[in-house]
Amino acid sequence: MWTTWLRERAVSSLPPEKLLPDRQPSYVSSWIYVFGVATIAALIVIVVSGMILGLKGPEWWHVSSVGHFFNSIHLWSVELFFFAMVVHLWGKFFMGAWRGGRGRTWVTGAIAFLVAIGAAFTGYLSQQNFDSQWIASEGKDGLNSVGVGAFFNVADFGQMYTFHVVLLPLAVVALVVWHVLLVRRHGVVPPYPAKAAKPAPGAASEGTPP
Amino acid sequence: MSAVGAPPAAPDPSVPWPGPFVRYDLVKELVVALGVVTLLAVVLTVLFSSPDDPPTTIQSWAQADPADFLATAMTELNGTSELAEYGPPYNHTPDATQKVGPLDLQSTPGVRIPIDTAKDFVLEPLAEIPANPRLRLALAAYERAPPTLQEAWAGAYEEALPKARMVHGVPALPAGRYGPVGPMMAALLGLAQSGGLDGALLANNHRFYQTNYTKPLLFLSGGGYFEERAEGQHLLGTQWGMMNETGSYPGQVWLWLYTFWYQIEPFLESPNADALIFVLMSVLSLAFICIPFIPGLRTLPRHLGLYRVIWRDHYREVEG
Repeated sequence: MWTTWLRERAVSSLPPEKLLPDRQPSYVSSWIYVFGVATIAALIVIVVSGMILGLKGPEWWHVSSVGHFFNSIHLWSVELFFFAMVVHLWGKFFMGAWRGGRGRTWVTGAIAFLVAIGAAFTGYLSQQNFDSQWIASEGKDGLNSVGVGAFFNVADFGQMYTFHVVLLPLAVVALVVWHVLLVRRHGVVPPYPAKAAKPAPGAASEGTPP
Repeated sequence: MSAVGAPPAAPDPSVPWPGPFVRYDLVKELVVALGVVTLLAVVLTVLFSSPDDPPTTIQSWAQADPADFLATAMTELNGTSELAEYGPPYNHTPDATQKVGPLDLQSTPGVRIPIDTAKDFVLEPLAEIPANPRLRLALAAYERAPPTLQEAWAGAYEEALPKARMVHGVPALPAGRYGPVGPMMAALLGLAQSGGLDGALLANNHRFYQTNYTKPLLFLSGGGYFEERAEGQHLLGTQWGMMNETGSYPGQVWLWLYTFWYQIEPFLESPNADALIFVLMSVLSLAFICIPFIPGLRTLPRHLGLYRVIWRDHYREVEG
């Protein structure tokens, strides 16, 4: 049965000791590793605060101090999310983290970053204040100039709100989950060879596409 | 550290790590990170809150700057506004689209959000005003008149508008040959100042529920009042535009590269800047995604050498 095949495939690809290991290679001892998990933590705060805002609807935070508090939590967790994610991305770039068959891990992370920009952009458009008015007024020209604005209308609050609270968060969360599973499956990339060290016999060449 | 031997000096990234391991509790790490991030978000919230500048309405615009409102409305009526000559997706205007070389992507989807500025922003809202026989006559005269006469009335009105005196918040124009445009514009200003035009532009086809603000927003965007307010908040394109936020908040700083191109030549003065920058950013984004597969770029980190700072403990151990 296909469900059996799927279960067996999932367990063989990511056995529990790989999915949630209790140890890591000795080189995983740098502050740079904190920013990946900080990105996920910020994403959780964003989703939870966004759900609280969503429960009361898009007008709530304009008229309630409690709503404004949760809107501020939502805003600052987004700022923290992007800060952590950008540091994480730069760190992974400087580590050449795609080596050794980890190309898809980089690709899913990079796409998650770009989709998150879209999620934040639609969030700014959904604020229902002067900021969202101005961003829509400016943003429409870029999108219209390449024909996208005809389908993705930044002045259509209903469309932007749906993208912001459903479609793009789902995409970001799905990409982040995929990214994390790939990290767990392939492990954390090891350091480049030390000075004067020769590559291990049969090791993948750095110039080989991952 | 669980000793399996010394860490290898040249580990193969495609095989499991043969060196020593350290204890690492991923769940604990996530819980601690969640606590720290939540605390940081609460502290930042308590210290800085979040901005919420009320939106500009057509009513607030018409009350605060009636002359600007009327000047904008006139350009919408006589079809000389930026929006009236925008091209797709709002209307058909020859040679109005932005192009990337020979590529006219703007025209590809066609006019999918049709807007006739004269009809949608002026004539139809005026036709909704009840019990105003003078306005009815003016509208009928305007719509019957040939385009050349309509243009002459509009031109005379536009020319006289800067000379208008403000009387009880309403511009009083010197006597002139404005035809029916005078009473039409007076009625439109009254409608706008009462808040009726906000509703009229939103209540498209008299539907009860509305979520699409395209028409009122595009009308607002045509006026100087809206732009002046944005300039005061450092939101103009030349002020790094929409990556900023009202007040002193960080805004969408992650859009810095997108906004950066608008500050420099050849984009600064290019009529195709939006399209060129959009395509440029799409290419750069694709390159960013594909770094692991681009020769030269994928080996760059090794030459930069910053990895030695990140893994300094490891190198100290293997290099002695």
